[in-house]
Amino acid sequence: MTIKDKAYIVGAYEHPLRKAPNHSVAQLHAEVARGALLDAGLAKDDIDGYFCAGDAPGANPWSMVNYLNLNRLRHVESTDMGGCSYLIHVAHAAEAIAAGKCNVALITLAGRPNSEGVSGTQARVRGVNLPDSPFEMPHGPVTVNLYAMAAMRHMYEFGTTSEQLAWIKVAASHHAQHNPHAMLRNVVTVEDVLNSPMVSDPLHRLDSCVVSDGGGAIIVARPDIAKSLNRPRVKVIGSGETSKHQMGGQIDLSYTGVAWTGPRAFEEAGVTPADIQYASIYDSFTITVLLQLEDLGFCKKGEGGRFVADGNLISGVGRLPFNTDGGGLCNNHPANRGGMTKIIEAVRQLRGEAHPAVQVPNCALALATGVGGAIGHRHGAATLILERE
Amino acid sequence: MATSNVDRKISDPLMNPGDEPYFDAAAQGRLLIKQCSDCGKPHHYPRAICPFCWSPDVQWADASGEGTIYTFSITRRGAGAPYCIAYVALDEGPVVMTNIVDSDLEAIRIGQRVRAVFKPSEGGISVPMFTLAQTADAPARQET
Repeated sequence: MTIKDKAYIVGAYEHPLRKAPNHSVAQLHAEVARGALLDAGLAKDDIDGYFCAGDAPGANPWSMVNYLNLNRLRHVESTDMGGCSYLIHVAHAAEAIAAGKCNVALITLAGRPNSEGVSGTQARVRGVNLPDSPFEMPHGPVTVNLYAMAAMRHMYEFGTTSEQLAWIKVAASHHAQHNPHAMLRNVVTVEDVLNSPMVSDPLHRLDSCVVSDGGGAIIVARPDIAKSLNRPRVKVIGSGETSKHQMGGQIDLSYTGVAWTGPRAFEEAGVTPADIQYASIYDSFTITVLLQLEDLGFCKKGEGGRFVADGNLISGVGRLPFNTDGGGLCNNHPANRGGMTKIIEAVRQLRGEAHPAVQVPNCALALATGVGGAIGHRHGAATLILERE
Repeated sequence: MATSNVDRKISDPLMNPGDEPYFDAAAQGRLLIKQCSDCGKPHHYPRAICPFCWSPDVQWADASGEGTIYTFSITRRGAGAPYCIAYVALDEGPVVMTNIVDSDLEAIRIGQRVRAVFKPSEGGISVPMFTLAQTADAPARQET
């Protein structure tokens, strides 16, 4: 079974807040759910599928299903692959719709790490029973150094430079200047990135994403329902998902799991990287973007540094417009998970609803991709290909 | 000279049943890896079945304690910073997450030879780490 042409994204909503100290996490989930429902023009009781991940209060669907009073669910799922979970949820929603398990699926993400002071240089809370933890936690792995080790290796193997990585932030900042909700709206230069404090070599503060509260939601629907709505139609035409790890100690940090999910998604969609007009690329750090661009085949392995330089990712300037909302690097990274906002900006581009300054003319084919967890040791990966009908 | 184990508290390994021999050996200054008796391959982190062939016949084996830096990063912000996290490719094959300690942080490079040392966690459990090996062409900087 393929998901191609089996489902449409009919609703998308991004929470406008970036700091929400007076909101509960459940409230944020509820507000984005309502926003996506209104965007789609559907009613609450049309929803018969619900998807959430580990950011949902309770880390199970129960609390939010109860809070939202979803009474007609026939399909519930809480796959958690970190920040790329929501890309996987769209694919799984399409599978469920294709299998007749539900008609209208709601996917929500929300959290408040900005208000709670959670950053990438703090040790994660790790429980007991984790098989890897005794051999890793004493060494101080944190989000940023797990990505930094991949960046250091890429520089060693391929000669990638800090200046090249900085171009990714520069491009994101060019887009963010047009987004009134973006946390960082100032256009930055390569020098600004290199002069920002080193957090974990070779990654500077400006190589990192923002930490934001907020969230987002998506509604996926059966084709005939999508066609009954008075909205531009965004069709799901390809997907891939996987998990990459340390392979028993045979570690290779030169690529991400997207090297496996990208080709599968392109094959299912029947398109190639050259056909993609807009790309949402998960951007927890600049190196995250660079690796995925190579893994997706937008350039050869090792040539990502040259590919991103000189504004090649800037809409209206370069060959591959990316993250035109400013992305995680400048706009938001709600709940420390960026997959949802990657889908939302791709939907905006396909509907022609991105900011006019960054809208890709006549955008008909877009890609959203992401990793969750950390590319330095274990991560989920997912790719979605979306088409305007 | 900046060293990476002066201020940072090393958290206690939250051991699972079966992990004790690794840390008991570390207390004696020995680095262990798991070796499969069926397919012959060593692996890390240690498991109760071989991750390559799923044989349950895996044994502890002494590693030489020598290896090469696969990658590293010096974490300069956050608790206990600065410290060097690294992946070291053991001469036996497996790549292990570790810290490079007792070394000039600015002198650390991918490809450098390292050897195992053992550092106590907050609760006194020995944790294998690595230090830059002294070689003729890359002498360790003398402490002054």
